[in-house]
Amino acid sequence: MATKEYAGKTVETTDDGYLINASDWNEEIAKEIAKEEGIEELNDRHMTVINFMREVFEKTGEGPSIRKLTKESGVPTKELYELFPKGPAKKAARIAGIPKPKGCI
Amino acid sequence: MKKLVILGAGTAGTMMLNKLHETLDRNEWQLTIVDQFETHYYQPGFLFIPFGIYNKKDVVKPKRDFFPKGAEVIVSEIDKIEPDQNRVLLKNNTVLNYDLLIIATGAKVKPEETEGMVSDLWHKNIFDFYTIEGATALANFFKYWEGGKLVLNITEMPIKCPVAPLEFVFLADSYFTERGIRDKVDIHFVTTLPGAFTKPKASSILGDILTKKNIHLTSDFNIARVDNENKKIVSWDEMEVPFDVLVTIPTNMGDDVIARSGMGDELQFVPTDKHTLRADNYDNIFVIGDATNLPSSKAGSVAHFEADILLENILSAIDGRELKAKFDGHANCYIESGFGKGILIDFNYDTEPLPGKFPLPGIGPFSLLEETKMNHYGKVMFRWMYWNLLLKGSELPIESHMSMAGKRA
Ligand SMILES: Cc1cc2nc3c(=O)[nH]c(=O)nc-3n(C[C@H](O)[C@H](O)[C@H](O)COP(=O)(O)OP(=O)(O)OC[C@H]3O[C@@H](n4cnc5c(N)ncnc54)[C@H](O)[C@@H]3O)c2cc1C
Repeated sequence: MATKEYAGKTVETTDDGYLINASDWNEEIAKEIAKEEGIEELNDRHMTVINFMREVFEKTGEGPSIRKLTKESGVPTKELYELFPKGPAKKAARIAGIPKPKGCI
Repeated sequence: MKKLVILGAGTAGTMMLNKLHETLDRNEWQLTIVDQFETHYYQPGFLFIPFGIYNKKDVVKPKRDFFPKGAEVIVSEIDKIEPDQNRVLLKNNTVLNYDLLIIATGAKVKPEETEGMVSDLWHKNIFDFYTIEGATALANFFKYWEGGKLVLNITEMPIKCPVAPLEFVFLADSYFTERGIRDKVDIHFVTTLPGAFTKPKASSILGDILTKKNIHLTSDFNIARVDNENKKIVSWDEMEVPFDVLVTIPTNMGDDVIARSGMGDELQFVPTDKHTLRADNYDNIFVIGDATNLPSSKAGSVAHFEADILLENILSAIDGRELKAKFDGHANCYIESGFGKGILIDFNYDTEPLPGKFPLPGIGPFSLLEETKMNHYGKVMFRWMYWNLLLKGSELPIESHMSMAGKRA
């Protein structure tokens, strides 16, 4: 566990930088985490994905798989990889302030 | 008479039929099982077919050899489940009403989910080994192959028997060495996972074994399409891996009947309580084996451990009591590692595969996460146990719940 400061707020994170409490999240924090992930600006499409992830997390306690994301959020896979290069599921989850997706067994 | 219907007579359905037949009062309950095929395939044996170790006849037996006398068996495709009417419609126009339903329709591969997979090169230079057709076509190809780039690609998780792709490349290393052309074969393991396997300890130990065997690893590769013309696989972020022969582990999904019935998640798996094995949305439906959305491995050994739990919970449900038995996600998998050796892993929802010893009364101990001859015999023994004990619902010498005995944390 670690603590970090984002947008003037001190939050708890896991060692690999995921928020411990999804309720700490706000859009300002998202913008700063996005910068750390190499995404300079969060546009509408980024936000569509992020809001969808938070919605699924609130309903089910888990972030969605890429397949669920592309099927239900209206953002095609190709675009998803353009928005969040190198592993959209992990990156978008971190920016959305929800836990890192568990790899299945 | 009350009716209990089992959908699917594969590993899990057959096991449950035998257990329930032994246990339920036959004057009170009628047991019916439905499957589209008359042949039972020992799917773990498919792994050995491409290398000529097994052939088709080593992995098939008639399903009827494993059904108890007196159970009603229907051979037909299942068209649709109507959970709100408590009935199942079959393609042969039969309507089956039920008081309790067990869904055991398994998972199957869907290569057509990936663009360009089932196209010009399919079963010429591109094969799967998760089907009998794919495994035998690949055996014919390998027999005359003189070497080149062999690429194994895992499309998407979850997959049945998540260790099978690793076993495949280990066996390929062994097979081409024995044929004297290992120096002409470049083996490349390309996976969507961040490493060789899902869990950190096992992933690092198995990753080292890949390196030792001179098998190249590319992780975090998410395939978008196959370029048939240039013989390459291309990822969503435009990475490319060229191949001469591609062995794909296609997307695994639940059967289409689950989607037709509106009962599945995005991969057609049925949302199921991970401890009680009851369907999330229906009190009189239970789900077992590969058909569930459980965060456990999709494996025969897992279905076996689930069966003990499910039997107990079905008896509780019949008596109108709380479902007390809880599945812990226990999996126990032998990993063939080539040259007559094997590796064993044993884990559950909470405990990742760990090194150490695995005690087995009368036979063991086996070594965990280590290559030994003994573990290879474990795998060989598994086929015998599968046909002779497991399908018949008999006890195996392994507890349903995982034990920490012998493991090093
Ligand atoms: C290559 C490979 C290697 C493996 N190795 C191992 C291993 O080493 N150890 C291990 O424990 N497990 C292994 N497994 C996994 C194991 O085979 C499966 O987990 C197990 O068979 C699952 O049992 P099941 O009953 O859920 O599904 P299945 O055994 O697949 O049975 C499903 C049944 O349902 C029927 N069905 C489905 N839909 C319909 C329909 N609409 N109408 C009528 N019938 C239908 C099918 O015909 C089938 O008979 C391996 C699998 C593969 C593919």
